[in-house]
Amino acid sequence: MSPMLPPDVVLKVDNLSVVYRTDRGDVKATANVSFELRNGEAMALIGESGSGKTTISLALIRKLPRNAVIKSGRILYQRNQKVQDVLELNSRQLREFRWNECAMVFQGAQNAFNPVLKIRRQFEDTAQSHGWTDKSAVRKRALSLLQLVRLDPERVYDAYPHELSGGMKQRTLLALGVLLSPQIVILDEPTTALDILTQRAIIDVLNDMQRQLNFSIIFISHDLSLAAEMADHVATVYAGEIVELGGVNDIFYRSLHPYTQGLLTSVPTLEHTQDMLQSIPGSPPNLITPPNGCKFHPRCGFADDVCMEDSPPLTADIGGHLAACWHKDRLIESRKTRV
Amino acid sequence: MSSSVIDLKRVYRSFKSGRDIVPVLQDINISVNRLEFLCLVGESGCGKTTTGKIICGLLPPSAGIVEFEGADIASLRGEDYRRFRRSVQIIHQDPYASLNPTQTVSEMLSYPLVRHKLAPRGRGVLQRVHELLELVDLTPVGDFVNKYPHQLSGGQRQRVSIARALTTEPSVIVADEAVSMVDVSIRIGILQMMMDLRDRLDVTIVFITHDLALAKYFAWDGRIGVMYLGRLVEIGRTQEIIRDPQHPYTRVLLSAIPEPDPEKTRSKQHIQLRSEDIPRLTELPPGCSFHPRCPWYMAEVCDQEVPELSVSFQSGSDVEVACIPLQRGTELVLHDA
Ligand SMILES: Nc1ncnc2c1ncn2[C@@H]1O[C@H](COP(=O)(O)OP(=O)(O)OP(=O)(O)O)[C@@H](O)[C@H]1O
Ligand SMILES: Nc1ncnc2c1ncn2[C@@H]1O[C@H](COP(=O)(O)OP(=O)(O)OP(=O)(O)O)[C@@H](O)[C@H]1O
Ligand code: SF4
Ligand SMILES: [Mg+2]
Ligand SMILES: [Mg+2]
Repeated sequence: MSPMLPPDVVLKVDNLSVVYRTDRGDVKATANVSFELRNGEAMALIGESGSGKTTISLALIRKLPRNAVIKSGRILYQRNQKVQDVLELNSRQLREFRWNECAMVFQGAQNAFNPVLKIRRQFEDTAQSHGWTDKSAVRKRALSLLQLVRLDPERVYDAYPHELSGGMKQRTLLALGVLLSPQIVILDEPTTALDILTQRAIIDVLNDMQRQLNFSIIFISHDLSLAAEMADHVATVYAGEIVELGGVNDIFYRSLHPYTQGLLTSVPTLEHTQDMLQSIPGSPPNLITPPNGCKFHPRCGFADDVCMEDSPPLTADIGGHLAACWHKDRLIESRKTRV
Repeated sequence: MSSSVIDLKRVYRSFKSGRDIVPVLQDINISVNRLEFLCLVGESGCGKTTTGKIICGLLPPSAGIVEFEGADIASLRGEDYRRFRRSVQIIHQDPYASLNPTQTVSEMLSYPLVRHKLAPRGRGVLQRVHELLELVDLTPVGDFVNKYPHQLSGGQRQRVSIARALTTEPSVIVADEAVSMVDVSIRIGILQMMMDLRDRLDVTIVFITHDLALAKYFAWDGRIGVMYLGRLVEIGRTQEIIRDPQHPYTRVLLSAIPEPDPEKTRSKQHIQLRSEDIPRLTELPPGCSFHPRCPWYMAEVCDQEVPELSVSFQSGSDVEVACIPLQRGTELVLHDA
């Protein structure tokens, strides 16, 4: 009865839809989202503010706000060849799942440390709530993780949160997140609001950690550069849907969706040449009454009658590069003529 | 008359915080040239916003002189002072906090027009409101005039803030992180609109950002000033600074920034700092404030003398840097982290 997954898949999200109930109507924040996460890989969800990135990740650990309703879908999780649907876990199993299997570092969580508790207590409490009471063992593991995130372990372990800078807090959170050796770590905007040099330190630390501890990462960001640097696979999220999904090079060099393409031509680079940039016209749609057909059509230069009526399916190209667009050929054609 | 509109001369600014006096800006010298694209960049807390506020007269310097069109603003009185305040406007960082939620777009724009008698009452004001909305591309204007801020997207709000800054027909606008809070897909459109304003309205724009790639785009034909802990450490033509950064801090910054290109960003060499700890403004290190972190630090030079901005010895360009070894033409030697 339990579904089968390929052995290297740790997570498979299948047709997930989430709405938020509000006075003005249902906000369709996640619509028919499907993807797979493999062992040891880093996957980026990119997209603009309000596109539904956080909603997807909150659904994965079932931490959605009260007014959220999961309308459909399965979230299959595999460990030791045993597959479970996260949506069917009872509350005890769920608690275990949240730290032991899938830890999340929330957006802006640097500010969410309990200010009156020393870092040590935050590690001990986390360990304890999962039945790990041997404090000296917790300490040993915590110190080695703090070392791994390139902090001064003894000093930080005995510090209060306010004694740490934003970047140090973010690194401490990463160490705390992997305390119970999860297979998956979800990072919501891990470097947003941090300074450039601090961002660089976090990226380097994450790469080190992943190499040593070999977990899978889902990270969410509106920063394309971060995805270019860290991700193996990238999913572009627009208006609650994954509109493109592929290997990082497919997305950055051979994008098959006008929205991803538009994002790429709207970010400046540091090269020594003048960038030829262009914004995407219009603004992202309201998710209570999203446009018919392809939700991107009001902003899309390729849109025609088909796009206005029918929603394009997310279909695969060679190499498993997925995109939901009726006019991939025209996009490819236009790229040829532009270069 | 000189070509500069604003001159900061040896400007200092400090704030009291409990018992401490926090030196937020030290010895800032900048000339903003008429119609140039000037960008101030640097990490959080380096003093960009404070500099912007001093430029617009929203904050007096603790020491030093601010000149507007060659006149010390501290000496301006009456109509001269009011003209300065109208001529130099700021667009604030946060488009959500800076607009009054109870006013419609039309009310927000009419108010300064009426108050400063910048348009004939009644029809004149309305007509001007229309012109302003057209300038910032909020068209058809009829769709926007009666909207409240909460009915607008982030990008539209930022356009309204810009229109409001334009009501007083300024000759200088300080745009403080004007697009940082808006979505990536529409940032460039707003930036391009602002760049067009220079040509259409003869306004000089000082653009403040923590994003060097954005600074590069905006000020491609202009200048960038890099700030670190309250001081300007490098200033010069954008293209030179991006191609060949001089100051160690600028070099480290440029090397650290990820780029939206997988192959490039993954093969980039990152220069390691000697220390990741950022000193507090109340406990600034002696000498060059970057020296405890600087990978090229020279003992007994960098930790003793505070470097002033001047042209670098070896660069052969007119980029100014505040780094003593560079000024002396010493070969920089990279330390291991
Ligand atoms: N509790 C809620 N009730 C109603 N609507 C919500 C709620 N939380 C989020 N939304 C809406 O759902 C949509 C998706 O929000 P979500 O936070 O997932 O986006 P995001 O991509 O993470 O954005 P950001 O980049 O700004 O963090 C948005 O339109 C948002 O306004
Ligand atoms: N009114 C004030 N009182 C006390 N300290 C202040 C005040 N205004 C600014 N500061 C301090 O001055 C320093 C510089 O602040 P400023 O806002 O100019 O930096 P910034 O470069 O604009 O940073 P950000 O990128 O975060 O906007 C900071 O340490 C800040 O805390
Ligand atoms: S389906 Fe049509 S509207 Fe949607 S992205 Fe493709 S071309 Fe544009
Ligand atoms: Mg979010
Ligand atoms: Mg600021």
